[in-house]
Amino acid sequence: MILMFLLLVAVVVSAHMGFMKIPVRDVLDIIADLLSGNRNQGIDPVMYTVVADIRLPRIMAAVLVGGTLAVCGTVFQAILLNPLADPYTLGISSGAAFGASLVIVLQVMGLALPDLFTVPLFAFAGATGTMFLVLALASGGSARLSSTSLILSGVIVSSILSAAIGFLKFLADEQVGIIIFWLMGSLSGASWDNILMLGPAAMAGMCVALFYSRDLNIMSTGERTAITLGVNTTALRYILLVTCSLLTALCVAVSGIIGFVGLIVPHMLRYVAGPDNRWLIILSFPAGALLLLCADTVTRAVLPVEVPIGVLTALIGGPVFCWIFRKRQMDYDTAS
Amino acid sequence: MTLLHNSQHTVWRLRGVSFRYGRGPDILKHVDLELTGGKVYGILGPNGSGKTTLLYLLCGLNSPTAGEVEFLGTGIDRYTKREIAKRVAMVPQDFQMRFAFTVRQAVEMGRHPHTPRFSSLSPEEIQLVRDVMQELDILALSHRPVTMLSGGEKQRVAAARALVQAGDALLLDEATSNLDIFHSLSILNVVKKRAVDHNLTVVAAVHDINLATPFCDQFIFLHKGKVAALGPPARVLTHDLLQKIYGVEARVWYDEFTSAPTVSFRMGGCPETGDMMGADTIGPQGEDTHA
Repeated sequence: MILMFLLLVAVVVSAHMGFMKIPVRDVLDIIADLLSGNRNQGIDPVMYTVVADIRLPRIMAAVLVGGTLAVCGTVFQAILLNPLADPYTLGISSGAAFGASLVIVLQVMGLALPDLFTVPLFAFAGATGTMFLVLALASGGSARLSSTSLILSGVIVSSILSAAIGFLKFLADEQVGIIIFWLMGSLSGASWDNILMLGPAAMAGMCVALFYSRDLNIMSTGERTAITLGVNTTALRYILLVTCSLLTALCVAVSGIIGFVGLIVPHMLRYVAGPDNRWLIILSFPAGALLLLCADTVTRAVLPVEVPIGVLTALIGGPVFCWIFRKRQMDYDTAS
Repeated sequence: MTLLHNSQHTVWRLRGVSFRYGRGPDILKHVDLELTGGKVYGILGPNGSGKTTLLYLLCGLNSPTAGEVEFLGTGIDRYTKREIAKRVAMVPQDFQMRFAFTVRQAVEMGRHPHTPRFSSLSPEEIQLVRDVMQELDILALSHRPVTMLSGGEKQRVAAARALVQAGDALLLDEATSNLDIFHSLSILNVVKKRAVDHNLTVVAAVHDINLATPFCDQFIFLHKGKVAALGPPARVLTHDLLQKIYGVEARVWYDEFTSAPTVSFRMGGCPETGDMMGADTIGPQGEDTHA
């Protein structure tokens, strides 16, 4: 509840901030107009355009991408029993970016592909392919997935993919700027079309995750015990991993690679709300949304130069990742 | 609980069951077995004799490579995981929990197969969880994260989870093998009491024969993937059987202190004087051999 309220406040404040300061009252009026559908009671049309067509799509994209990545992170961590898992560390984001870059290169080479559908589609193919590759590499045929081998496989596959993306960049020649955009992650290109695609998908994905949230709790007892407690672990894994790959792919299609949101948010929430996934999944959406929106507003309106958001989250998230990893190592030492 | 007054019915029937992992050697070979309701079975045998594999077959974690496992008159493969989980619970050898759930949450997980997806526990279920935790003496730990517990406490949580889950049967996979004698006995006593009170069938893989004897109605000895002996402990435990299975010298005697048959072991083939007499016998022996 508090999170939702904070998020709403953040949306309004973010729309108010920027190169052109727009009074909060006007922002509220414009949002009310958009929601009710009847336009304009004497608001400056320039302000209207700035808020409704430029800032709000970007804000909504930040909310949806941040929330979705956080939910995906929560689900990945629960299903792989691995607090270091998130779409970025598993290489799934890179896979999606590779797919998206491929579309751009194909377009450069003369194939006419409609952006709105092919980019998400290729991103999804890239994401799912990468995920299965990483899982296969990490498990080495057995059903058990150790934390370290999983992250290691993610890093290996990611590095191969970044080489492949480098090759695509080379092929893309003059269009290379667009591919760099996928790699660094930025919300500046978000449009209402993106929102209409991502919004329903995010809601549907959220419902799937919530539907299986109690099974996810049971998963934390380990594979065999979870089965003896009546969970069909194989089906659960496939359904949720594919769902989350799809969601990640859609996020990447909108914003490029934005790392570590899915890693940090579930961690912070576990300290506050405990490990129960029924709460974590519900809370991680607004929390992730809030985090990414604040970060994006900082790069857009506060910093003198616009830093790509993916770079910013990586700069913050990287050290947090190190800290979690270090803490786990120490826990193992004391346990054994 | 229509089964309450009919404890002589067959719960599991195994016909010609064999099992192997992938292309490995057969771990179980043509096992025929019938387990009746309301009894406590102990599965014994040396390492690698197939004890755990047999338990996994009983709860459908493994499917037999040949033969059939029948549970309550129906092939176990025809139940969903959830249907089995409503009836059969397992206490694993090592209690695992990756995230810091509280003790109460961990025990409540035992109700997972019984509770519809979006509903919370009924007042009766909450009472059941409370009772079982009380009996296993972990009620005071309710709000402690399970990741902070000692080994003995963790196994009691695992036992509690299985006891609130089990409808008909309880499987114990060397559930007490890492625990000291006090914790082993306290868990086994509670399990036995509830098994009798609620007419549960218990199948327990146990390493320690002397621990198992007072606890079990029937012993199943496994040896090289086959059932080597089946029957009440007092009848099954013999010098010849133990020597054949474990390759050690054994003496079986009746212990009035535990009022149960008890086994003492010694390495087979050692000379009479060379057995476990302790360090102070070495000196004179050394002199003897010297002379």
